[in-house]
Parts: sequence; structure tokens; C-alpha cells
Amino acid sequence: MNTIFDKETEIHWCPGCGNFSALRIMKESLTELNLSPKNVVIVSGIGQAGKFPHFIRSNSYNGLHGRYLSAALAIKASNPNLHVIAVSGDGCTLSEGGNHFLHTIRYNPNITNVLHNNQVYGLTKGQASPTSNLGFKTKVQTFGVINEPFNAPAIAISLNASFVARAFVGDINKSKEILKQAIQHKGYALIDLLCPCVSFNNLNTYRWYEENSYYLNSSHNYRDREQALHVALNLENLALGVIYQNDRPTYEENIQIYDNDTRPLFERDLDRKKLEKLVNSFR
Amino acid sequence: MKSEKNLVLAGAAGMGIQTVESLFVNAAKQSGLFVFASREYMSRVRGGINSTAMRISSRPVRAFKERIDLLIPLSDLAIPHLKQRIRKNTIILGEKAFLNADPTVKFTSIEVPFTDMATKIGNKIYANIIALGILAYIFKVNKTIVLGLIAEQFWKKGDKIIEENQNAIEKGYEMGKKLELTNPILKNFEITKNPQIINDLILDGTQAIGLGAIAGGCNYETFYPMAPSTGIGTFLAQNALKFGIIVDQSEDEISVINKALGASFAGARSLVTTSGGGFSLMSEGISLAGIMELPIVIVVGMRPGPATGMPTRTSQEDLELILHAGAGFFPRIIFSPGTIEDAFYLTQQAFNLTQEFQVPVFILTDQYLVDSYYNLPSLDLEKLKIEKHIVKTVDNYNRYVFAVSSISPRGIPGYGNGLVNADSHTHDEQGTITEDPVLRSRMVKKRLHKLELIQKASILPEFIGNRNKYKILVVSWGSNYYLIKEALEIINREDIGFLHFKQVYPLHAMQIIQYLNKANLIIAVEQNPTGQFAELLEKETHIPIDCRILKFSGYTFSVEELVEEIIHHVDKGAR
Repeated sequence: MNTIFDKETEIHWCPGCGNFSALRIMKESLTELNLSPKNVVIVSGIGQAGKFPHFIRSNSYNGLHGRYLSAALAIKASNPNLHVIAVSGDGCTLSEGGNHFLHTIRYNPNITNVLHNNQVYGLTKGQASPTSNLGFKTKVQTFGVINEPFNAPAIAISLNASFVARAFVGDINKSKEILKQAIQHKGYALIDLLCPCVSFNNLNTYRWYEENSYYLNSSHNYRDREQALHVALNLENLALGVIYQNDRPTYEENIQIYDNDTRPLFERDLDRKKLEKLVNSFR
Repeated sequence: MKSEKNLVLAGAAGMGIQTVESLFVNAAKQSGLFVFASREYMSRVRGGINSTAMRISSRPVRAFKERIDLLIPLSDLAIPHLKQRIRKNTIILGEKAFLNADPTVKFTSIEVPFTDMATKIGNKIYANIIALGILAYIFKVNKTIVLGLIAEQFWKKGDKIIEENQNAIEKGYEMGKKLELTNPILKNFEITKNPQIINDLILDGTQAIGLGAIAGGCNYETFYPMAPSTGIGTFLAQNALKFGIIVDQSEDEISVINKALGASFAGARSLVTTSGGGFSLMSEGISLAGIMELPIVIVVGMRPGPATGMPTRTSQEDLELILHAGAGFFPRIIFSPGTIEDAFYLTQQAFNLTQEFQVPVFILTDQYLVDSYYNLPSLDLEKLKIEKHIVKTVDNYNRYVFAVSSISPRGIPGYGNGLVNADSHTHDEQGTITEDPVLRSRMVKKRLHKLELIQKASILPEFIGNRNKYKILVVSWGSNYYLIKEALEIINREDIGFLHFKQVYPLHAMQIIQYLNKANLIIAVEQNPTGQFAELLEKETHIPIDCRILKFSGYTFSVEELVEEIIHHVDKGAR
């Protein structure tokens, strides 16, 4: 499908990389939601997933390693009319940016966070990532990963993230549905997007994900935080679909400056009368 | 009748010394007295020993002096803490136990039973307010003004508290009267008043920077609390809704800088406020501002380092950090206010310059300036301009287009038909990753050229003295301004000039060389151990700076100390 988000450019990923499908899922979802590139900002960090904004036609902010969620939160807060999609990998989000991941969830900005999870470092060539399975061997983790995997969805739910889902790039149509729900959700929406690395991860392959995942059915109550946490804690058999959702107020609502004036910050001007009054209060 | 008195209050944190300081200074000003106050305090919330120094005068006073004419100790630690500054003729008004705290210190003592008096009013915590009443009497500050300020200060706490505090003022006032009768020396504290200043502003450095930011159109402030700059975030938070400012106390300084830059990308006028340690965490973010060419204003309040150092003390140790922070080359502007007025105007201007040149602009200040205040007639709000330097984008807009001026017109997402792409990599005009050597070199040159533009637009140093007669030149930067100015007024020699820099980088070397060349002896004055600014001047002008007066104890220079040091260096240099 051709979309208005297509960009004519050379794509840097390895042939067969899960990111190609992730890109397609994103472009088609945005198009199907009738969003316009000029009102979308793709924000990313560093890593293979971090290059994402260079391959899509929209506004973009490719910032520093680990810091993209902070930038995304601020972009949305400064101009709530923009659709802000924050995309980066498991290393950028959970290792370098772990603290920002935790705290961004607490703020609940109305942004979509697509976490490309391939359970390995791609750009730096094959070291373990925070989500690598225990025992996963690499050139660095020579006797296998010894650190407990970082369970992003479970942590997000425990911090009362307002939307937590998981999707698998091997299933484009279902992933699109999940992503569209995430984009439409009002508040911080996390998608743990399983996205195989064909160059450096020979454990968590397309086939492995197919065999170790399942779709949540209607018996799952995604409004029930305890049930959601129970589902998310299971890393043996990965649940796909919307795991948890709530209706917490967003950061942009909480800061109140848009209550009586919906204009984004760049359209506003200093109220000189108020300034004069404030200065004179020091007399 | 002496035209000036130096008054010091000292006590533990939590005893309300700052309350008395701010009430007294305001009441004195409203009665027509010129005031200056500065604080030194420990990094603790309760206990310890803090002091506040107030100069009350019949003419403008704007720098810290060591001399103490009148001291009110509110704890037994006060006299031992201040003994280097206490002289035989220093009058100390206090509780017997506090007066006797260190028998080796000689002074003129006047006993006042503060605790007994306070207990009679209802609570021993009123000791500080009784002291305020005594001060009001002996400085002949209008009592009605003091009572009014008390009502304002405590209105939230209810009528009973206001009444008791006002009663404490009355009792203090009566006591002042009594003390003056038995100690005629106290009559010297009546200073000629100037009714023209009763409507002056009183601002400290923190408030001046906060107001400057608002006047610069700041609408996004993010920070992590850290002395001595926390107050600026607090000031803006308290005015946030009124001026539509997003104030965000973030999880850490890395998030702080990355949020500020994200906001700036989306068109906000961003500010971050921090100190050296917190700023260290922002280094990578500063280089991101450099390559993304995003506007950002960074206030760094200096305190002694390395690492945690002395959190609540002062220094000028971080110039080199601010000059060099961030990987790779990119231009930046560094201002360092010398006065409260500078703190306001430079901060205001910083917001326009950062938009115009798309480079980080620093306000490099220190604990001494942010915690000092004095009265000033007004701030000129008429001429203030808010420059946005934003363009509405068209189709095929390129964020990093090679423009003749080297400054690519700045679009922001959602404004116009174009797309805005910002990138932390070396990028092409569109903002897409590139490793092309030719493009890379052109982009570096584009940023390098901005430095030349900034240099040309830089604020020149201020010369004080006789341009035709000076042979000795004192050079300094930032908050030393009034300290040196007053020291040189006391030294009173036509052959000594003073060159003060409030823009410390980039420097307009050609203009500065003229001043340096005329001097036979150049003396740098700085609050760091190596003379960081002197080294920068030498590098930029190739003129050696002959000697350095350096202090790095964590405590500000005093006027007296500078008089002595400057005379010493002038005599030595002349030999």
C-alpha cells in the first residue's frame, strides 16, 4: 500500500529486519487514521529503531540515546495539537533511558511509545540487551546473560501506565489494529513491539515469537490492573493485544495552561501588563 | 551622623533570620534608606549557623562588606562564627549567654533578654521579631510600615499569630527606646533618609533572573532542584499559570535538558536552571542543541566544586566547564551578570539571541549574586522586545538549508505546510543522516560561521575609570562588579581602571586589546583557583595578564579584602 508517509530514501536496515514491517505497520496505521504528516512528529533515540524517523515522511526529532521519551513528552506539552509517536529500541528505552521510561509513565503524556523489542543490540553488533533472555550467549555475554530480563509491560502496569499492549511484527494486520488503538488512546500508550533481529539474534526469531506468543481473547479484562499484571509477568508465553488500559488524566490536561487557552506555546505572546504588575509587586 | 551602617543577624537555620532580613530591608527601603543584603548559609534545614549581612545607607550600596557595626546573635554559635569580622567597636545586642559565647572576642556589648521577652508574648520563637522591633527603632524606620509588613507576611497564619508578631514588634520598639537612653552610641544609627527611593524595587538575583525569563517570553522551564539555582524554578512555578509557563521539576538533569530541547523544537521558549554538578549531566544535551541548532537558555548558578563541593557557598569555578561542555564543535554565548539589573536584562536578551542564532545561551551566575539584593529605581519594560525568529514552513521546507547568513530559517512542526526534521547525527539540509564528507564540512562551517556573527554582536566590556590616565587595569567578570567598583572608589586612584565583562564568551578580541594594551599592569580578580577568565582573555588576545587576585574559599570577596589585595598588587607591580 502506498501512503502519504512514504519517503523516497535508502533504508539502512539489514534485509529481513523486523523493522521493515514495523515501518509498514506505522505508515499504514497513520494513513488509515487519516493523519497528516505535517501534524505527526516521530521522535526517536539511537539504535537501529532510532533511525526510524529517517525512513518516514513526517516531522521528526532524532535525539540522543535513551532520551527520546523526555523530548517526546515536551514536544506534546508544548503543542498538544501534534500527534507525537516515540519510537526506539529496547536498549535505548530500557537501558540508557530506563529512568526516563519510568518517569514518563508517571506523567502520562498523550504520546504513543512504540518499543521495538528485538532482545539484542543491533547497531553495536550483537551484545545482550536489557530484554535478552537469561542464558542468551553473545561475544560479550560469553557464558550467557545472567541479568534478569527487563519486563517493560509489567513495569509499565505497576506504574499505572494508561495503555499497555504487545504486538508482533510478523502479524501486520493485527499489529496495525493494536497500534491504531494505541494512537487513539488518550494518554501514554506503550506497545512492546516484538521485532526480530535477523543478524544478531538467532534465538528470538520470527518462528520463536510465533511459538512463544498468543493473542489475548475477550476473557481478558484489560481494565483490571491485577489481571493485566499477571498476564504481563509471563515472559514464557507472550500475550499479544491490549494488556491494560485506564483513563487517567493526561499531563497536558494536568498542567492546566491549556484550560482557557488552547493555543500551542509558539503562538502565545507575553502579557506585558501582567509583567508590569509583577515587577511592581517588588516595590 | 555616619551615612552607613552594616548590620548582621546570625543564628541557626529555621530561626527566622531570613524573615527578619527581608522584613527589615523592605521596611528600611520604604522609609527611604538604601539597602543591600547578602546571605551566607549552611547546607542544612535546621541548626548550624547562618548569617545575613545588611548594609543600610544614605547612598546606594551594592556590595558585601566585612565590617559589622551591629550584630544580633540569635544563638551561641554566632559570635564564634563571625569573630574574624568583629571589632572592639562592633556593637553586639543579645542574650547574655550568646554574648559570652567566646570570651576571647572583644566588642561593645548590650544585653537584651530576648527569650524572656518572647516567652512573655507567648512563644520564644518571637525573639527574632523582637530583634526586628529593636532595629526598627534604632534605625528610625517607620513602625507603621513594619507592622503592615508583618500583617502581610503572616496573613495566612491567622489573626492570633499576626497579633503576637505585632506585639513583638511593639515590645522590641519600646526596648529599642530604652536601650538608646542607656546607650547613647545607638543614636549613631539614625541615617539620613531619601524619600525618593521609597518606591524603589527590591530584587535579588534569583528574582531578577526569573523576571528576565518571563520578560524574555519564557514559557517552558524545567529543572531538578539544586542550590543555588532552585529559587529560579520556584519563582517561575509560582508565576506559571499567570504567564502560561510550563514548569516541570523533572526526574534528573538529563531529562531536563532533553525536555527543554524537545519543547524548543516544538516552538517553546525553553529555560533550564541548574548548578555545575547538574549541568555536568547535561553535557550531551548541550551538544544536541549545538547540532540541532535549537534555541535554549541555560542558567548555571555556580557553587564550589568538584562534585558536591559546598552546596550553599559561592564560586566562579565553572567557566571552563561551560566553555567546553559537549562533544564536538558548536558555537555558544555565555553571559555573566554583574548586577541585579544585568541579571534581568541579560536573561531577557538571552531568549532573543538564542532564537536569532539558534545556539545555546548561558547565564553563568553564582550563589553570591542570586542571594544578594538591593534597591533599584525600576526596570525598563518599555523597550523590551520579544523576537521569535520563526518562519511558517512551505512545501519542501528544509530545516538546515544553507543560507547566506549561515542561519537557516527556523520552522517548527505544525506551523505551515512543510515538514521539520531535527537530527542528532551529522545531517543534510533536510535533516537526514549523512556521512558525506563535503556535506559534513559545509555543515561544520555553517555552524562555525555563526560564531563569527555572534562575536560581532557581542556585548563589549564596561570600562570604569579615567580612560586617559589609567596605567593599571583590573579585569573581572560576573558578580565581582560592585565589589571591585567600590574597592576602587575607596582606593581612589586615577591610574587604576576597571574592565568588567558581562559577556564572557565569545569575546570581541579587537575591542578588548585596546583596553589591555594601554595598561602597564593587568590584574585579574576571580573566585576560582587558576584565573579561568584570565586564561581565556590571554588565549583570545595574546596579551599576558600580569597577576591574579583569586579566592576560592567558598565565601565571596569583600570590599575591604579587595582594597587590600589590589593595593598590594599595585605596589608589588610598581616595584
